[in-house]
Amino acid sequence: MTSPFTFWDARTAEEAAALLSKKGAMALGGGVDLLGEMKEGIRAPEHIVNLRSIPGLDKIQKTDRGWRVGATALLTDIADHADLRKDLPGFAESAEAVATPQIRNQGTIGGNLAQRPRCWYYRAAEFACVKKGGKGCPAEKGENRYLAIFGDGPCHIVHPSDCAPMLVALDARLFLRGPDGARDLPIADFYELPSKNALCEFTLKPGEFIEAVEIPTALPRSTYVKIREKDSFDFAIAACAIAGKIDGDHFTDARVVLGGVAPVPWRSVTAEANLRKNTIADAVEPASNSATDGARPMSQNAWKIPMTKAAVARAIRSFLPR
Amino acid sequence: MAKRTLRVGYPGNYREIEVDSPDAEPAPWDADSKLAVVGKRSPRLEGADKVTGKAKYTADVKLQGMLVARVLRSPYARATARSIGLAKALKMPGVKAAIEVEKEARYHGQAIAAVAAETEAQAEDAVAAIEVDWAVGEHVVDVEAARKPNAPRVHGGKNPNERGGEAQNTATEEACVTALKKSHATVDITFTTPVVTHSCLESHGSVARWESDGSLTVWDSTQSIFGVRDGLARGFQLPAEKVRVVKEHMGGGFGSKLGMGQHSMIAARLAREAKAPVKLMLTRKEEHLAGGNRPSSVQRVRAGADKDGKLTCLWLQSHGTGGINGGANCAGPLMSLYNCPVRRLWHADVITNASPAAAFRAPGHVQGMFALESTMDELAGKLGLDPIEFRKRNDQNEMRQAEYGEGAKMAGWEARAHLPNSGGRHKARGLGVSASIWGGGGAPGAQARCVISRDGAVEIQCGTQDIGTGTRTIIAMIAAEELGLKPEQVLVKLGDTTLPFSHGSGGSMTAPSVTPAVRAATAAARGRVFEACAKSLKADADNLTAKGGNVVAKGGASIPWAEACSKIAGANVSEQATRAQNFRGYKDGTAGCQFAEVEVDLETGHVQVLRVVAVHDCGRVVNPLLAESQINGGIIQGLSYALLEQRILDDATGRMMNANFSDYRIAGPKEIPEISVVLFDVSNGRTNTGVMGIGEPPIVPTPAAIANAVAHAIGKRITDLPITPDKILAALGKK
Repeated sequence: MTSPFTFWDARTAEEAAALLSKKGAMALGGGVDLLGEMKEGIRAPEHIVNLRSIPGLDKIQKTDRGWRVGATALLTDIADHADLRKDLPGFAESAEAVATPQIRNQGTIGGNLAQRPRCWYYRAAEFACVKKGGKGCPAEKGENRYLAIFGDGPCHIVHPSDCAPMLVALDARLFLRGPDGARDLPIADFYELPSKNALCEFTLKPGEFIEAVEIPTALPRSTYVKIREKDSFDFAIAACAIAGKIDGDHFTDARVVLGGVAPVPWRSVTAEANLRKNTIADAVEPASNSATDGARPMSQNAWKIPMTKAAVARAIRSFLPR
Repeated sequence: MAKRTLRVGYPGNYREIEVDSPDAEPAPWDADSKLAVVGKRSPRLEGADKVTGKAKYTADVKLQGMLVARVLRSPYARATARSIGLAKALKMPGVKAAIEVEKEARYHGQAIAAVAAETEAQAEDAVAAIEVDWAVGEHVVDVEAARKPNAPRVHGGKNPNERGGEAQNTATEEACVTALKKSHATVDITFTTPVVTHSCLESHGSVARWESDGSLTVWDSTQSIFGVRDGLARGFQLPAEKVRVVKEHMGGGFGSKLGMGQHSMIAARLAREAKAPVKLMLTRKEEHLAGGNRPSSVQRVRAGADKDGKLTCLWLQSHGTGGINGGANCAGPLMSLYNCPVRRLWHADVITNASPAAAFRAPGHVQGMFALESTMDELAGKLGLDPIEFRKRNDQNEMRQAEYGEGAKMAGWEARAHLPNSGGRHKARGLGVSASIWGGGGAPGAQARCVISRDGAVEIQCGTQDIGTGTRTIIAMIAAEELGLKPEQVLVKLGDTTLPFSHGSGGSMTAPSVTPAVRAATAAARGRVFEACAKSLKADADNLTAKGGNVVAKGGASIPWAEACSKIAGANVSEQATRAQNFRGYKDGTAGCQFAEVEVDLETGHVQVLRVVAVHDCGRVVNPLLAESQINGGIIQGLSYALLEQRILDDATGRMMNANFSDYRIAGPKEIPEISVVLFDVSNGRTNTGVMGIGEPPIVPTPAAIANAVAHAIGKRITDLPITPDKILAALGKK
């Protein structure tokens, strides 16, 4: 954290976009991720643009399109929002599943969605891997127990966000702001596989940042199940987000998205199909088993397959009458 | 020496023994002693200072003109610095000194050079500007690879990395094979344990200041102020009295802060170069990379028992690595806990290109007990015996026998076969047990001085250190007991080498070493007060006692403590005492046992420890509140070791991959179980206080008890720590 930088408190979204267009500028939400990267010496911004100084950017409000959550809304505030939880239980659960109370009190939804991976080789300055513009992936023959079981490389990170898979399942839209104005896109399109872009997991043009996320309420039943190695504080070993509609004993619409197992939130179409064509009770086995179809574990991470199945099974079972 | 008769043992099992105690010492406390302060729950004297931030740790020391130091550490597991260029760093803004530390790097994180600058940021920039011409060598970090004949020699030359072999006076292989052949039940299991780091919340660090007379003052986060003093004196070729080491409070050591650390020398060297005080506190990453660790172990245990459930053979073949140095022997429990006619030990330390091990809370015993007590459960299973019954048949320690009874009752051992289950078919519960064993009897030589002033103020001076265990408080309690005062009426001065000598705080030795000296010094000073005030009470000094804040004569006449002290001629009375040799006493070690109840998630392999019942003895308990605090801490650290912690090195580069608190998992609030502590009161008659240490015993049995509970829950034994979900899933055949 030694390189000097200029710190800017942005006052408006337009000003933030202008500041972020400067060379070496980075957006700051809660700082949880950025400060860690700077401390490890893998990120040295010349300008840090604080988004939390923008009035109203942290708003959580219901609109005629669903819920609009500003980029600097705190994870704690999302988890604790009673009305939002009623409409989008899975989203509240995913925010609550993040890290620790201290981090949720500081971390923002924008930062959570645009956080960088936790791969040990990426995080250590000594390794010049493909994600940092170098060559190859040292994890392939090295320590990969927590890395991806899906995806084609050349980088095998898992996307670390808890909220992202849930928001993909809920079919949320991201609202971005940049020097050329605003645009929005389905959140699933925000994330890119390393085969397309190894350097970054998401698509932001120069100067762009996340301004808000909008979540429709069309899928009223949702849940997020996260499996950790250490319950007090951990990223997901495997996670499952389900959003859908239930009629009686079965899902009429269902979206199943896996977390912690792929470089991006990983939608499982086969699990969804199995979920739709069975009663909920009968779907547990086939949907959870098929969720890992196509998985290609690395040398140390095959244990994530039963973990993933467990996450899916648990998520489906949560919809059964108790 | 005076012959004294003492009642020793534990409730329901006392006996009288005769001991020789020094004439000058007060009569030793025994089972019949009625004490007013000692044995009562008493809050830490420095507790309020700690929670309000008033307590100053080494990291809080700020001196006029103080510089901050940073260390350049090797990014390679094995490399030679052909040259270390400091010129550029020295020209950086704020930089006042730069030194070379070491050219041969034998592990990732080894200190190579260091700088001191006006700010931390300047020092970090300067470290980045040091120019090193590296010649990268061949490393080996994997313990099995390092054993091979063609492995790179970690220390160069021709010496193999594996050092050790057959222990002395050990049974032959042949004798073991014969004994096992004749056994009714046998097991042959290989257990493995990882390298774990101490992870003290307060990192290692020093603040060094050279005084105008050429003497050196160092504030140091250490378990041994005199050890640091002597180390620095040797390093700078100074007489010991020219070095003063101070440590007021400490945020954890666990053995990694015994003796002088390299950072202390670096800080003092930089301070001398810069002609200004220098502070060097290690970062969290440096703590993991170079702050010490517990060695790994690979333990093959072959054991047998006859049809009466008596052990016939215990055979341990083990190796492990403590990095570039550090013994990995963990045979203590196996060689000492149970009766067994044939016992064999073969052990080798394996040198690897990893950071050096350091003593870590019950060195060797935690690893060893995990293997031994897992073995005992497996043998009990083969014999069809209850695990406690099997242990009792082979354990001659009557304290532990009684402790099993208390613990079993509390843990619900009788209902072990029918544990309730909260999670239906996806969860399984288990209840496990493990024995504990440790020394903790204390050593002679510790000194204490008691100064009682004319105004009644009492000060105890003792060059020990309070490493967070509450030493300050128990010293005050011992003195208060002798003087009929309250603990808060006693001012305790410790943590400074200008005070009377005391040992480093390790081996659970502090309380048993220091309290007898404090008691003897206080009793002697009290005698001087009695002499001074006897005339006012119209009594003989020999017929006076101090209680309830008064000095009381045999006939009943009394005067308040302060008034009695006002009769002192001159400013004060001062008496110093030195801790004597242990008396023959009752028992020289501690026993103890723990029970763990766990719930295993059969789908995810997650282990939740629901409850730990801990029964421990430590002679006379001075302060149950502090003893329980030690036991809680030991259990949490043991749980963390059993389920979560492991240092992970990248084989290709030898670098540590999880040198932070996110990826190096330490138990947090959700992992911590309900803990029920039973303090098993023992009158041991070994010193005038009968106190023993409790710092280490409570970590010894926890991992084994948890491992046994997991095996009970899932019907499969995990032999490799930590017991992470992947291993449970594999054992359950989940794919």
